[in-house]
Amino acid sequence: MSGLQIDRLSMRFDLPNGSSVQALKDVSLDLKAGELLSVLGPSGCGKTTLLNIVAGFLAPTDGQIVLNGHQVTGPDAERGMVFQQGALFEWMSVRENVGFGPSMKGMPKAEKSKIVDHLLDVVGLQDFKEKAVYELSGGMQQRVALARCLANEPDVILMDEPLGALDALTREKMQGLVLKLWKETGKTIILITHSVEEALLLGERLIVMAPRPGRIHTEYRLPFAEMGVGQDLRDVKKHPKFAEVREEILGMIWDMEEEIMGRTEEA
Amino acid sequence: MELLGNLWGELWAVLTTLLAAAPYIIGYVLIILLMMVIYTGIRRLLTPKSDYGSLKTVTFGDESAVTSNTAASIVSIVLIFVLWGAFTGSKLLPGFLHAPGPFFGDASFEYTITTPDGDSDTATVSVVVHPTGEEVDAPEVAEGDGIAKNDSVAIPVYRSELLRVDRNDEMGRDEETFITAVDGQAIAPGNSVDVAFGRVAMSDKGTLNIIPSTGVQMEPIWLPSPEAVWSRLSDIATVGYRNSTLAEHLGYSLFRVVVGFVLGAIVGIPLGYAMGLSNWFRGWFDPIVEFMRPVPPLALIPLVIIWAGIGEVGKIILLFLAALWIMAIAARSGVSGVRISKVHAAYSLGASKWQIMRHVIIPNSLPEIFTGARVAMGVCWGTVVAAELVAAEKGAGMMIMVASKFQSTDIVLMGIILIGIIGFSIDMLMRQAEKWLVPWKGKG
Repeated sequence: MSGLQIDRLSMRFDLPNGSSVQALKDVSLDLKAGELLSVLGPSGCGKTTLLNIVAGFLAPTDGQIVLNGHQVTGPDAERGMVFQQGALFEWMSVRENVGFGPSMKGMPKAEKSKIVDHLLDVVGLQDFKEKAVYELSGGMQQRVALARCLANEPDVILMDEPLGALDALTREKMQGLVLKLWKETGKTIILITHSVEEALLLGERLIVMAPRPGRIHTEYRLPFAEMGVGQDLRDVKKHPKFAEVREEILGMIWDMEEEIMGRTEEA
Repeated sequence: MELLGNLWGELWAVLTTLLAAAPYIIGYVLIILLMMVIYTGIRRLLTPKSDYGSLKTVTFGDESAVTSNTAASIVSIVLIFVLWGAFTGSKLLPGFLHAPGPFFGDASFEYTITTPDGDSDTATVSVVVHPTGEEVDAPEVAEGDGIAKNDSVAIPVYRSELLRVDRNDEMGRDEETFITAVDGQAIAPGNSVDVAFGRVAMSDKGTLNIIPSTGVQMEPIWLPSPEAVWSRLSDIATVGYRNSTLAEHLGYSLFRVVVGFVLGAIVGIPLGYAMGLSNWFRGWFDPIVEFMRPVPPLALIPLVIIWAGIGEVGKIILLFLAALWIMAIAARSGVSGVRISKVHAAYSLGASKWQIMRHVIIPNSLPEIFTGARVAMGVCWGTVVAAELVAAEKGAGMMIMVASKFQSTDIVLMGIILIGIIGFSIDMLMRQAEKWLVPWKGKG
């Protein structure tokens, strides 16, 4: 069985004061290989917890993750992760950062530098390969992070708000890049974001999660990612359906936030 | 309660001293302000205002607008040497910059005696003030006429001399004949009068105390002149002091620091790593490290001397202990400070635990370790000098300690300057090494 199955996943955190928080409850999802899933939801709905469990950094209290037929029990190179920022190794050059995964596997130098050179071409950083990562701008750093993840040839790429810290223009360019890489490499991608537009643009499938306990609220199948590949994303945003779905989801999240506020006020 | 009273007394004494120094401090501040006014005046004349800083209306409180003014630094250092030279009569300075010095050379004053009958007579006392260390005899003078006879005396500079001028007179104090005036000014026991070369005082028994003016310059025994310190330096650099050359003294001090520090780092860094990576080790060593860190290394000197004697081993143990805790804490916080997303990223890139240690945790902790190393080197340098002050056969601290016992203030001063220069150089070297070896410091 190929693809990624998330099977009735539950996660409960026990707090030091004796109480506990149900971060996730019965989350199930079946992703085919090569699918692009974006995850939206108000803060505290367990998006990041879900991603950390899929990455193998956290063990769920219940349920399991199955990738290509075997159960996930810990972090592994088959599931690469791109973080929001600050996860690059600043003691290494751009080239060394991108080549980190292959180095860990003990790949021969020539083969590794071929992969690194290719990926730096793809993300457009060939001229910066000997630079230190802290000399690059935020957008360039995230491109390094993408290339570093891809260098390992993972089956699944997990992205935790990878574009969250970028300015609007850079962000738009990076969204195009993510789409291009998805199409070219055929990787399964799970992308967490706070931006509804980004979720719509970068999600073949989109799930909206609800908080307390974290669960899947609504799921969409969307045409925009397919439409957007190689296109001007601003044109995609002009699509009538785009605005319609965006308003619907915004309303949904708005209601959830309202509910949280109400509950907090009651308490 | 008695303690409080005593402490209050001490505090009072300190405050009185400070108050006495206040005019000098105010004078110094005035010099600083004067120099600033002169400097800004010159700047304004020479350059039109056009840099970005001049466009700012808010500079006071803007931290980025405050940078160290090089001119101020230079003037400040030059002024220290000028003041030093002025108050020690340095030959490196033109004479008009000298503070008034002590009186040197020949002088004289007259004293008048009055007999019980009311007769009086006057005689002259010749005074020679000569440099300390020279053997100068009192000049030969003719006795002169009358009942009072002329006298003479030789006095080393900065000293005074009690002289019984009436001893050779025809009538002395046994005959109820007393000195009543000096240079025409009346004098009585306990009083003094000013004369051309200084002051003449009369003791309670009627003996004259001749006090040549000392000026406001410092006696070499308090503060030697810059050139005296410099010649001492070249002297000791070639001849040596206490059976060791200067290079040996400083070399031994540096040797102790480097060996103690390196040993402390070799043990302390792995200890810090263990504390940062394992609950058990953290729990085991936390009480020890947290207790030992606030104990000043100097407080360990007596114990180390008891245990290991005053040889090299004792000193190196002391410096090892001084560096150990600092390095352990630096390494511990370097490990704990690693951003979890970096570790996660490495795991999801397929790194093993050992590879994460080698490629993420260690490089990530290096900036902290370098900061610790800089602190540790500073502490070690201070500790070694202090330890040598207590007991050593060679070393910078021993050199100034022994010199102080012989009142060779020039050696003490030279030693202090050298210790300062070396400490400063160590810090500069460490900073430079930091720039070369951990350029990513603070860039994470």
